[in-house]
Amino acid sequence: MEDLITYRGAVAEGIAREMRRDPRVVCLGEDIGAAEGVFKTTTGLFAEFGPERIWDTPISEQAIVGAAMGAAMTGMRPVAEIMFSDFLACCWDFIANEMPKVRYMTGGQVTVPMVVRTANGGGLGFGAQHSQAVENWAFAVRGLVVAAPSNPADVIGLMVSAIRSEDPVIFFEHKALFASKGPQPPENHIVPLGQAHIARTGNDITLVGLAWSMPLVLEAAEQLAAAGVSAEVIDLRCLIPLDAATVLASVAKTSRILIVEENPFQGGWGGTLASIVADEGFYDLDAPVKRLAAACVPLPFAAHLEEEVLPSVAQAVSIARSMVEG
Amino acid sequence: MMEAEDEVTDIQVQDLLGWYEQMFEIRLTEKAAYDLFMSGLVKGTTHLAAGHEAVAVGTSAALRPDDYVWATYRGHHHAMARGLSAQACLAELMSKSTGSCEGKGGSMHLTSASTNMMGSYAIIGSHLPMAAGSAWSALLRKSGQVSVAFFGDGATNIGAFHEAINLAAVWKLPVLFICENNLYMEYTPISSVTAVAHPAADRAHAYSLERIVIDGNDVVKVRDAVAESAERARNGQGPSIIECLTYRHYGHSRTDPAKYRPEGELEEWLIRDPLKIATERILAMGTAQTQIDEVEQRARLRVEEAIQAAKDAPLSPPSEAYTDVWADGGSRWRT
Repeated sequence: MEDLITYRGAVAEGIAREMRRDPRVVCLGEDIGAAEGVFKTTTGLFAEFGPERIWDTPISEQAIVGAAMGAAMTGMRPVAEIMFSDFLACCWDFIANEMPKVRYMTGGQVTVPMVVRTANGGGLGFGAQHSQAVENWAFAVRGLVVAAPSNPADVIGLMVSAIRSEDPVIFFEHKALFASKGPQPPENHIVPLGQAHIARTGNDITLVGLAWSMPLVLEAAEQLAAAGVSAEVIDLRCLIPLDAATVLASVAKTSRILIVEENPFQGGWGGTLASIVADEGFYDLDAPVKRLAAACVPLPFAAHLEEEVLPSVAQAVSIARSMVEG
Repeated sequence: MMEAEDEVTDIQVQDLLGWYEQMFEIRLTEKAAYDLFMSGLVKGTTHLAAGHEAVAVGTSAALRPDDYVWATYRGHHHAMARGLSAQACLAELMSKSTGSCEGKGGSMHLTSASTNMMGSYAIIGSHLPMAAGSAWSALLRKSGQVSVAFFGDGATNIGAFHEAINLAAVWKLPVLFICENNLYMEYTPISSVTAVAHPAADRAHAYSLERIVIDGNDVVKVRDAVAESAERARNGQGPSIIECLTYRHYGHSRTDPAKYRPEGELEEWLIRDPLKIATERILAMGTAQTQIDEVEQRARLRVEEAIQAAKDAPLSPPSEAYTDVWADGGSRWRT
């Protein structure tokens, strides 16, 4: 039987693989050491690598990301944890003004090879300040690589690429996926940044997902198949670089596209992808480009209210059927 | 006004003449930046550091060549003290391809990474955590390097200042936080918006650090204070905060005539001009005025050549806008 690993275990495994390979890799963040992270995503790292490479910080998001930058610019490969992605707002200067710009504004004199990992998204009832899907925040910044894996193998493969990248990477780990399981990938497993994955092939419609919305669109594709609709499913895996070519090639085949995002419709990443398809794929289309995203409200606490505002399988199936069946 | 003891130093006159030459060259470069702005050859804005030269040069004199330096948008003097030429500085201000950042940085982001001058940052306080980070890196690599973050008095009231210093103190990082207290945060007197008299030094005790206030206009005193703190940092005794009292001769930025200054304040500080203090020290050591004249003449020639070279250099080509976003050198964000 195949070895399985959880998504949360894959986070620690991906980091550990690179730490074993490259002594320049160090981790810093709140409660990541002996406590092994509030989401247990750094389990085993402190035991294996010790306090010289796993550093507990104060609750100082600016110091965490800023110090990681300074270390990255002077020869290290830091992996910084921001506990909840909502807290990126506490160090937004560093995410939006510093990390992504120093290479450019110094005329290429410095590089910033670092990773900021963060637990993103809803589904666990943590309320409006601990549940947002904020991948669109990072998507709006020029100069950041943005990764958001949907399964354990991609977590490991993208983590390895992110740590090896010479560019700054925001790595969104999804809270609602931490307990999910998948095959343990072999040693040396790498997923290149900016390469989408065709998770299911089909002919009638393209469904695009990312991280949390991947299980949703895969289930929708299953239900559509039962209704006689053949859906192709694309896991973007990264927002920057954006693998628009894979999406356009799929649309050339299916002539329809539904983009399913967890972030709000207002300002969501699907808007940019939709504009690319509308422009460059226009003559392939048999139906309007559609987006299904979260409602434009803060994430409510109560489970039934949270469910109300996030995209659902039923909505995806209904929209897809109307696009195919007219 | 000054609170630190006058150190007994081992300064040689040749050292002092060298520092004077650097300070004089910085002063002339700042004057050139001002003139070039007025004649329309420098666009955007500039934040001139005339008056602050002793902080930059005195610190640099106390550092190893491989130590890291991080500066603010008022950073021409820090970049030059760490090896950036007047030509690369002025060319950058004039959007030329020979500028230190190829025209993509400008006055506020001068950088000389080849000499570990890691850049100039224009979001107040942002580079203090970065300096803590390069110090952390030096600690991890056991390189013995020290990091220095220069910042203005205004930066002491922003969160990143406190987060960086706490982290540096807790991790015992080899980093020096050097405040250039020039009395004004932009247009407002720092004393009217800060709960303590010395905005940097009076915060030191909160992080279990020593309170250090020095005369930032005396290059020798700056060098001595920084040398002592740098040695402590290299010996594993952690960070220091050094508050240097100084004064900027120009306004905050190019558009600021500095009318908020009380009458006579500038004149009082001009009596304590860092160039004047250094000259007096040199003469007191028995050096002839002609040697000072010689040094000044050398610097003057270099800056004149720099101005001409910067004027003669081509503008950055439009294609330059699409380079250096990513480490592969380009700007491609999608397939």
